[in-house]
Amino acid sequence: MTVESTAARTPRRSAGSDAGATGAQRTTSTTAKKAVPAKKATVAKKASAAKKASAAKKAPAARKTGGTKPRSAEPHLVQLLTPEGERVRNAEFDPYVSGVTPEEFRGLYRDMVLTRRFDAEATALQRQGELGLWASLLGQEAAQIGSGRALRDDDYVFPTYREHGVAWCRGVDPTNLLGMFRGVNNGGWDPNSNNFHLYTIVIGSQALHATGYAMGVAKDGADSAVIAYFGDGASSQGDVAEAFTFSAVYNAPVVFFCQNNQWAISEPTEKQSRVPLYQRAQGFGFPGLRVDGNDVLANLAVTRWALERARAGEGPTLIEAFTYRMGAHTTSDDPTRYRHDDERAAWEAKDPILRLRRYLESAHHADEGFFAELEIESETLGKRVREAVRAMKDPDHFAIFENAYADGHALVDEERAQFAAYQASFADADGGK
Amino acid sequence: MAETVTFKNMALAKAINESLRRALDTDPKVLVMGEDVGKLGGVFRVTDGLQKDFGESRVIDTPLAESGIVGTAIGLALRGYRPVVEIQFDGFVFPAYDQIVTQLAKMHARSLGKVKLPVVVRIPYGGGIGAVEHHSESPESLFAHVAGLKVVSPSNASDAYWMMQQAIQSDDPVIFFEPKRRYWDKAEVNTEAIPGPLHTARVVREGTDLTLVAYGPMVKLCQEVADAAAEEGRSLEVLDLRSVSPLDFDAIQASVEKTRRLVVVHEAPVFFGSGAEIAARITERCFYHLEAPVLRVGGYHAPYPPARLEESYLPDLDRVLDAVDRSLAY
Repeated sequence: MTVESTAARTPRRSAGSDAGATGAQRTTSTTAKKAVPAKKATVAKKASAAKKASAAKKAPAARKTGGTKPRSAEPHLVQLLTPEGERVRNAEFDPYVSGVTPEEFRGLYRDMVLTRRFDAEATALQRQGELGLWASLLGQEAAQIGSGRALRDDDYVFPTYREHGVAWCRGVDPTNLLGMFRGVNNGGWDPNSNNFHLYTIVIGSQALHATGYAMGVAKDGADSAVIAYFGDGASSQGDVAEAFTFSAVYNAPVVFFCQNNQWAISEPTEKQSRVPLYQRAQGFGFPGLRVDGNDVLANLAVTRWALERARAGEGPTLIEAFTYRMGAHTTSDDPTRYRHDDERAAWEAKDPILRLRRYLESAHHADEGFFAELEIESETLGKRVREAVRAMKDPDHFAIFENAYADGHALVDEERAQFAAYQASFADADGGK
Repeated sequence: MAETVTFKNMALAKAINESLRRALDTDPKVLVMGEDVGKLGGVFRVTDGLQKDFGESRVIDTPLAESGIVGTAIGLALRGYRPVVEIQFDGFVFPAYDQIVTQLAKMHARSLGKVKLPVVVRIPYGGGIGAVEHHSESPESLFAHVAGLKVVSPSNASDAYWMMQQAIQSDDPVIFFEPKRRYWDKAEVNTEAIPGPLHTARVVREGTDLTLVAYGPMVKLCQEVADAAAEEGRSLEVLDLRSVSPLDFDAIQASVEKTRRLVVVHEAPVFFGSGAEIAARITERCFYHLEAPVLRVGGYHAPYPPARLEESYLPDLDRVLDAVDRSLAY
């Protein structure tokens, strides 16, 4: 189970505290599957008997608030595909993916493979000096593709700067994502063309934009939904808490999709929270759940569920996709300074692409020809990305002044003219030679 | 319905109220949001009656979280709305400063012009009302320093009415500083008069000996200074800048080329204040016209003092006259 992985890390708190107990449970080797039925009754009894019990003990209410049945006090993980590629039955979430055809399964696989290929190409391009920086999504493909493929065209996405897989699902040309990392622009696509907002670098800010946008959707009487992506680090930001508050108060049709990749640069999730992140939703009055972030099918299912709630006027949902940042935070980061390789190795065994491949093969949903063709397509994409990036020209100097304002600004005009005169002075000097 | 009539005696706060009413009435995309703006009508009653007439979905009482107010307003603007948000007091804008500076100001540029954020942030500002801490500050320079924002401040009811109309129509985010101590000052407001452009200064009073430049709450003071100086035979020109970003340097230059002397007055601290920018640029533009260095009168480089001391902190008639005398002595 994915939850086991945290065992590799140091214990967070002294024994006896509620959070410590939660943490300890997370590190047990008991699978969530086994634990849930056993715990359910006890916990439900406890919760009603002792209302003043600690937050950690009352954890099952995380789902209660949304009107669905209570869950175990320990973090429960929605998983439909095991790391070995076995399909796990789940009465609650199976209906959301029961109609997924073999072709669609292959599509999800293709999305993840091409996204990973694109990502690897971008990392290489940074190493070659073609990009100034790259934030790799390696390891998070299932969370992004699963949630991204749950969306409708009229839904709106507010990403961080690592949602390359979601961008792919939205039909944003991946080469457009690279402009800001190359330094030729600060966002190279029209957000409204694909209902995919610009990458947001100030952590957590976009959660409020998503909430406001969702408030607007509700005002318009539309049944579109909005999804806000952020990470475990962002969950500490005030803006994320305020987004939770506003979306709850206004019952906004927004899904908060938190990819808990365990690390906010060098800080483990324990530095952000003493409760599992999905349980934060409880205090704001809407449901939260944890999904195996490396299981594309489970991410598709829970996101569809959350989007359906949004469309039905049931308000916000928090999804915590429990995953792992396999690479560095960005190409400027050095993870060897703060984490051990064995942790990464443990997660490699739960690789999102590998597990879907195992499933495709065992279910006979794909043959060798499919994988071979995808390999070719993948190489073609890599080549196209390489060529596109190398062909990206530096913008004209005057782009500095463009679009600073929509309606213009006298000072910008004045400074542009001064800059032009300054530039022209070089031309004069050259001409004089 | 918004009527097009002339109001003989309308308070500045009421003028903004009428302007918001007109905007809500004529554009279904306009929203008013903020803390206590609904039933209460705002702590200064600027939004009085608007929720009653336009409903809770257009005049929105928000949770008490300024970053949330501005952040969700950005999202609403992305959806096609034109939110006018109220920050209850000047000193409370800082939780929203991040959203304003890193998001609101930059979205148009970083989207290469694809995204426009027509958000108006209303901030009652300035001292002189005997308030407690954080209720009397003048942070306009902190916003004028940020590219992508426009910063304006009306000095009278008529400007308040029209500048609000123009701010709402602007496709750029506008930080709208309302001179709270002038909220109850009355003036004639003609809702038919076609206004001049938003970001132009206006000569309030013509003069020949020295130019006084101000905006917002200090315009009235400068007019009083000009009256007092006139008794001593000095002819002062008073310029109401109305806009802090962009600044109408052409208007200041034209005045200074005539009077050759300039004193800038604002409540905000002088250090790195708008007066510093005006002094620098006017010195550059009018170097050979100036008979004296540009002088500034404003707050000190100290936290805004307790109410019992604010009269000593804020520019008043004598302090401005003192600066006028010093300028004329060159």
